[in-house]
Order: sequence, then structure tokens, then C-alpha cells
Amino acid sequence: MALNENEILAGLAEIVNEETGVETDAVEMDKSFTEDLDIDSLSMMTIVVNAEDKFGVRIPDDEVKNLTHVRDAVNFINSNQG
Amino acid sequence: MSANSERRVVVTGLGATTPVGGTMTETWESILAGRSGARPLPQEWLDEYELPVTFAATLQTKPSEVLPKVEVRRNDPAGQYALIASREAWADAGIENVNPERFGVAIGTGIGGVWTLLDQWDVLKEKGPRRVFPLAVPMLMPNGPAAAVSLDLSARAGAHCPVSACASGAEGMGLAAKMIRDGRADVMVAGGTEAAMHPLPLAAFSQMKALSTRNDDPTAASRPYDINRDGFVMGEGAAMMVLESEEHALARGARIYAYLSGVGMSSDAYHITAGEPNGEGAARAMVEAVEDGGQQLSDVKHINAHATSTPVGDLAETKAINRAFGDLTPGIPVTATKSMTGHLLGAAGALEALITVLSVYHRTVPAAINLVDKDPEINLDVVTGEARALPDGDITALNNSFGFGGANVALTFRSV
Repeated sequence: MALNENEILAGLAEIVNEETGVETDAVEMDKSFTEDLDIDSLSMMTIVVNAEDKFGVRIPDDEVKNLTHVRDAVNFINSNQG
Repeated sequence: MSANSERRVVVTGLGATTPVGGTMTETWESILAGRSGARPLPQEWLDEYELPVTFAATLQTKPSEVLPKVEVRRNDPAGQYALIASREAWADAGIENVNPERFGVAIGTGIGGVWTLLDQWDVLKEKGPRRVFPLAVPMLMPNGPAAAVSLDLSARAGAHCPVSACASGAEGMGLAAKMIRDGRADVMVAGGTEAAMHPLPLAAFSQMKALSTRNDDPTAASRPYDINRDGFVMGEGAAMMVLESEEHALARGARIYAYLSGVGMSSDAYHITAGEPNGEGAARAMVEAVEDGGQQLSDVKHINAHATSTPVGDLAETKAINRAFGDLTPGIPVTATKSMTGHLLGAAGALEALITVLSVYHRTVPAAINLVDKDPEINLDVVTGEARALPDGDITALNNSFGFGGANVALTFRSV
């Protein structure tokens, strides 16, 4: 069953926390991964791969550069989840 | 100290995580109490890989009990151990203000991030390249721990990683001392780290017949100088010291453990793994360290030996000590603390240097354990049974470290 936006956000926040130590509460829709959450490109790669596993989506490398804000990632997962 | 240098180097902070303690304080207490860090390896390794050696000196305190989860995830165990030890050393030194550009790091390792290398190779085979951890390279590179510590403490005078097998940790301290003397830094965090507790290195050392196979009695397996010694016990961990120019330490009223007074290094060019059997290269390193400190051989009142418990190595070092110290040899109390800690490889020299510093500071030489039946060819005064007091007054102790590839490093520590 497809997850709703809030469930995806919560799941993504867990991945971000696991990888970077950023508190899950801080992972909000309008936050920028790099500017607000201080996540570098290496950590972003791991977050992407873990998100693929968790949500059953494929996020192409070319797409990752477009995911600048948490909302972008949530929307991408939402519209591509299996 | 050498005649052409005016800057003396002092030891002001100590930190370690070892098979006998999660801190340097715990480690020192265990060593004074004669505790062994040898314990059985995980049963699944023994079942899956049929390792011929079923025990090792594994860390007493797991890094996950001490470090935040993210730091565990983003650092190879070698880096984790280095962070734990360097933070303890830094806190112990109590430095509140340091110019980052006058503050450096020199942390050696023998093998580097071998756990990450092998683990990620498994990931690649089982799950494909997209699942390989993006931080795998900085985790497996040998200078990863030095880099992690320099980031953690904002040290910007240099983040160096000497690699010389089991002499790496001592070489890190020697390099750090020389950086301070040369005026490149006022403060250094220096030492060694090793986390090669993985079935592959265990199997490889076994194939060299370098490890003790006393599987029925692990805590008695590391027995330097004993006639029945049959190899070393593999260990892991990290040990770091904070070194400062004497001027810097005095200006802030620091507690000074000892001077790192002399550094001696040589190479055998004899065999890729075996030390030169007459100890010529090792003896040169010892004499050089004493002379580098502007001292006489007769000033040396204690030796913390490399003494890994291999039949050949212990004898070669004994010959080297005799070659260097001649008639003075029988009067120098020697200890072999690998009998308790096992052999920490690239961290061994660092840990033993810390133990030597504390021996000078407390004027107490901890006893070696498991020396039941002394090899008649060993003519050293090995401290056994109970700790031995060192004399009052100006004393110097020497610590040896030797590594595959023919590396010899000797350090001297002088009382304040």
C-alpha cells in the first residue's frame, strides 16, 4: 500500500537521522539538505540508497541533484513508489 | 634532546582504548594488576572460517558504548579507536587555548581501515556498486584516523600518518616530537591505532606462524621470554599522547608527565618480516635515541621492550639490547607488557610508550606476566611477580618498537 506524504517524511527523517545524526524533528518539508541540514553529497548518496530500499523506488543519480529540499525528495518518492 | 635544538618536548596528556581498559587510567590499573586482555574470538568466525587460532586480545570496551551512533557509522573501527583515545588524551592535557595552525596530528597505523575494505568488498559482491558506502575510501585509507582526529580537534599544522607496521605508533610519536622541535607545531596529538580484528588478518598472521596457538589457555599465551613462548597474541586498540613544547606547557602551568627526550629510527634491510637476528639495526635505533636526547647509555634505568612473545623476535631484541648497552644490560629492569595487552600492531608502540611514560611518572615498572620458565638465552633483568620501583632523581626509560619491513623505532622518556 502506498504511503502518504507524512509517512514518507517520517521515514526519510529516520534515514537522515541514522546517517547524519540530525534530529528527526528537524527534517521538515521546506528544509534544504545542504543549507539547513548540513548534509554533504557523500551522505546524500547513502540517504538516497537507503531511501530506495525503504520505499521501493529507484532514484537515478541524475535525479539526485534535483532533490535540494526535503519536499523534493518526499514528492519524488510519493510519485514513484511501487 | 639534540645539541642543535632548543625546543624540548613534553608529554602532557594520555589516552587509550585497549584490550585491558576502555581508558588509559583503566589500562594502567589492569597492567599493574597483571590482567590479560586475551579472550575467545566470536564463535561464528571459528565455525565459518575454521581459524587455527581461537582467541585474541580484543577491545575491552566497544566503541558503540562510548561514541555517538553516527560516528561509529562514519568511521572505520581504526578511526573510532583513535577518536576515543585522542579525546581522552586531549581532556587529560586540559589545553583550553591552542592556535590551530600550531597544532598537529601524527597517528600511525599498521594496516589502516582493513575492516571497511573487506566489508565493502562483501557489499559490492552481494548487493552491487550502488550499495557501496560513499565514505568507504576515507574510512579505509590509512590516514583516515589522523584526518578524523584533526577534524575533531581542529588541528591544522598537519595530519600525518606514518606507516611502518608494528612500529607505526612509535613513529607517529617520533614524528610529532620532531615537528615540535623543528618549530612546525607547539602541540601535537600523536600515537597509533589498529583495528585489524578480522578473520583475514588473523588467518594471514596464522599462515606466517606468527600467532600463539595456545587455544586451551588464552591468557597464558602471550609469554615473552618464556622458554615455551610460541608466538604473539593479536590485539587491537589505540593509544595517544599530547605532546607540547616545554615552553607552551609551562606557560599554561600544565602537568608534565615526562620529556619525550630522544627519537631513534633505523631499518634493517635484511628480510621483509624477520628482524636482523643479531639486532644490529635495532641497537642502532636505541643508541641513536639516547644520543638524540643528549644522554648517556648509563642514564637509561628501564626498558619497555617490544617483546611480542615470538621465539625469534624476543631473542633478537635481547641481542640488540646487549649490543647497545653492553655491560650495563643486566642492571636495566625490562618489562614486556604485551604479555597482558597482546600485540596491538600499529598501536603497540604507542601504547607501550604511554606505559613507559607512566612508569617514569610513577617510578614504577609493571611486571610482565606468564614468564614461568625463562629462556636461558635471555639474559635480561625482566620484571616479574611484582612491580619494581625506579630510583629517585633524573631517570630515563627507553621503549622499543619494531615492524615488518625492517623498521626499528626507539623512544626515550626522561623524568621531569
